[in-house]
Amino acid sequence: MEYFLQQLINALTLGAIYGLIAIGYTMVYGIIGMINFAHGDIFMVGGFIALIGFMICSLLGIGWAPLAIVLVLLLAMAFTSVYGWAVERLAYRPLRGSFRLAPLISAIGVSIVLQNFVQLAQGARPKPHASVITGSIKLHEADGFAVNLSYIQIVIMVVTVALMAGFTLLINRTALGRQQRACEQDMKMAALLGVDVNRTISFTFVMGAAMAAVAGMMFMMYYGVVDFFVGFLAGIKAFTAAVLGGIGSLPGAMLGGLLIGLIEVFWAGYFSTEYKDVAAFSVLVLVLIFRPTGLLGKPEIEKV
Amino acid sequence: MAVATARPAAPAGAPTGATFDWPAAAWDALVTGLLAGALGLFMVGFRTTDYGSAGLQFEYHLVDLLVACVAIFLGRLALTAAANGWPLVTFVIGAALLAAAQGLKLPSSFLTVVISMIGVALMLRALWVWLRRSSGGSAAIAGLSSSMGQGTQRLYPWFGAALLAFAVVMPFLPFADQKVMDLGILILTYVMLGWGLNIVVGLAGLLDLGYVAFYAVGAYAYALLSTQHGWSFWICLPVAGILAAMFGVLLGFPVLRLRGDYLAIVTLGFGEIVKIVLQNWVDFTEGPAGIGGIPGPTVLGHVFAEQAPEGKTTFHEWVGIEFSGNHRLIFLYFVILVLALITNFVTMRLRRLPVGRAWEALREDEIACQALGINPTNTKLTAFAIGAMFAGFAGSFFAAKQRFISPESFVFIESAIILSIVVLGGMGSQFGVVLAAILLIGLPEWFRDLGQYRMLAFGLAMVLIMVFKPKGLVSHRDPTVRLHPAGAG
Repeated sequence: MEYFLQQLINALTLGAIYGLIAIGYTMVYGIIGMINFAHGDIFMVGGFIALIGFMICSLLGIGWAPLAIVLVLLLAMAFTSVYGWAVERLAYRPLRGSFRLAPLISAIGVSIVLQNFVQLAQGARPKPHASVITGSIKLHEADGFAVNLSYIQIVIMVVTVALMAGFTLLINRTALGRQQRACEQDMKMAALLGVDVNRTISFTFVMGAAMAAVAGMMFMMYYGVVDFFVGFLAGIKAFTAAVLGGIGSLPGAMLGGLLIGLIEVFWAGYFSTEYKDVAAFSVLVLVLIFRPTGLLGKPEIEKV
Repeated sequence: MAVATARPAAPAGAPTGATFDWPAAAWDALVTGLLAGALGLFMVGFRTTDYGSAGLQFEYHLVDLLVACVAIFLGRLALTAAANGWPLVTFVIGAALLAAAQGLKLPSSFLTVVISMIGVALMLRALWVWLRRSSGGSAAIAGLSSSMGQGTQRLYPWFGAALLAFAVVMPFLPFADQKVMDLGILILTYVMLGWGLNIVVGLAGLLDLGYVAFYAVGAYAYALLSTQHGWSFWICLPVAGILAAMFGVLLGFPVLRLRGDYLAIVTLGFGEIVKIVLQNWVDFTEGPAGIGGIPGPTVLGHVFAEQAPEGKTTFHEWVGIEFSGNHRLIFLYFVILVLALITNFVTMRLRRLPVGRAWEALREDEIACQALGINPTNTKLTAFAIGAMFAGFAGSFFAAKQRFISPESFVFIESAIILSIVVLGGMGSQFGVVLAAILLIGLPEWFRDLGQYRMLAFGLAMVLIMVFKPKGLVSHRDPTVRLHPAGAG
């Protein structure tokens, strides 16, 4: 029971990170119908910027953890957004109206470029970083097995919930969110009614990248290490989460992220660590075969 | 850094002449330079290095970054100038960049190379504008491009024949030492894989990101059957192909109903699953340690070795010539050449059969195909299985050539390389695949120093080709009849 509780806490933390990445996939898919294959690498860039941000903070002598976290959070979101914007502007926008697979192939190219750029600029070895927040709360203890909720896990969950709330407000209540939803429903009509479609799509990428940056920062803080290749697996799992929740649906992305976190952690905890990635991939295949619209998605009607 | 310079210039059809807004162009260039600075500030400016006990420390490269940003600023300004009818400015900036890169002492050799290249590219851009402007020049360009379109199309068979003749005599030419033969075998392996994937991606329009999984199935099939059961290469070759095709059907059957981009991700996942299983099923595959001591192919039972093993005869004794290590390579070279040619031949033939026509029709418009009574799942399945079969052949050849295989050889990046060969060649073009394989595999092997930038260049090439020349180096064969005139499908 204690073991189960501990795994549940770990799973929810991991799921929150996946959910934050999945939002980027689902928004981009919703608005322009492409899989942004490079999104996982944007997440990795976010992790690196956070790492460097923390190092700069300690160089500048900012020792108070909450201040450092807030500063680095803003820094990572801002600078990773530039990556999201630039990728869309350079590699995807010129391809609108090209053949169906062109954006995906371009995205694979961007993913390879980002990975190798970071590898060249920062080196291939994993970068360790001492955790910014240490310590934990002991929730429960029985038979010598303690259930711990670490402060970092609390931070991850609180930040995720706060961001999700803010994000939902942004999409549902502001003019930008309204334009975004309008473009998602009918891009041509939205353009006719005066919505700047290009700007809205850029905005979508920027928001997705900002979310991915937060996820990257949380990942870096949680595991204490980041390298140029982390984006690949995390990206695929987050995509699985987006599909599982129903691609195009924002609550679905979060739900899918939590479910993928649960599946992965419990698989690793009760069956085998080696095959935990296989479990996530199998879920992807099974969902796509039996319920391609996901849990909360709307069925997609293909038009000629 | 290089990404930012690849930005397309202002509208090509902008009026030429004196109405050029310099402040706006300078502002635009400044924004581009600042953006590049923002992209590079943390990634390039602060390099993190692990100093063991001291932990991570910074190495500052802010000067490099500043130099790069200035170069990008000037480059963007020059491109805008060229697009607005001021090629002289472009030329001067290009020449200045080239001179600065060569003359000044820049912080890194990488910057020197990149900035020199930017300079040369800008000068060429300016020359291009001048050429177009002179009436004779523009007529020549128009004539050249139209005659080239038809002329090269007619010439491909001749190019192909010449290339094939060269490939056949290559091992007997004086320069064909061990290194050259190794490279030839490598290129041909990728040509074969490219042709195999071309059936799936180029003809049927299914983006398969897990193609390397079938390659792995073929390689492990031969490795296990030969080391554990003593089967010979020639028996295993068809078995490996059939096994890989069966894997293709097994995977394809459930997932081929999916839309194109979902299919891509699922095949990617499948490729990863195969790799993870190979790594972890240690009893069966030896895990990450890999399988060694795989026997090479034999000629009618004669092995390639200096000393014949128990009960066997060696090739050089059988033919009656002096032993040379090169014989084995030459033999392997011809094996892969023949295998690749079979792949090509089968593809060309299949294209003319109803199933080949159905593949291309399906690529263009799936719904129309369904309306005409083509079963999309079965048609896709044949493409998938046939493509997988050729990957299986190539895989068992790879195992026989390397004599050692491990899961490390079958990672996603391998699939990406094969895909970029197909994309660069122009999806659906057989000749393009050969050119692209020579370019992407041959060149980096030749210039070993550039090895670390190789994958970066692959990724950039994929993006740039999609943006500027989506049809690849050699345009693919267009379908004979189109439903949508502009190819909106």
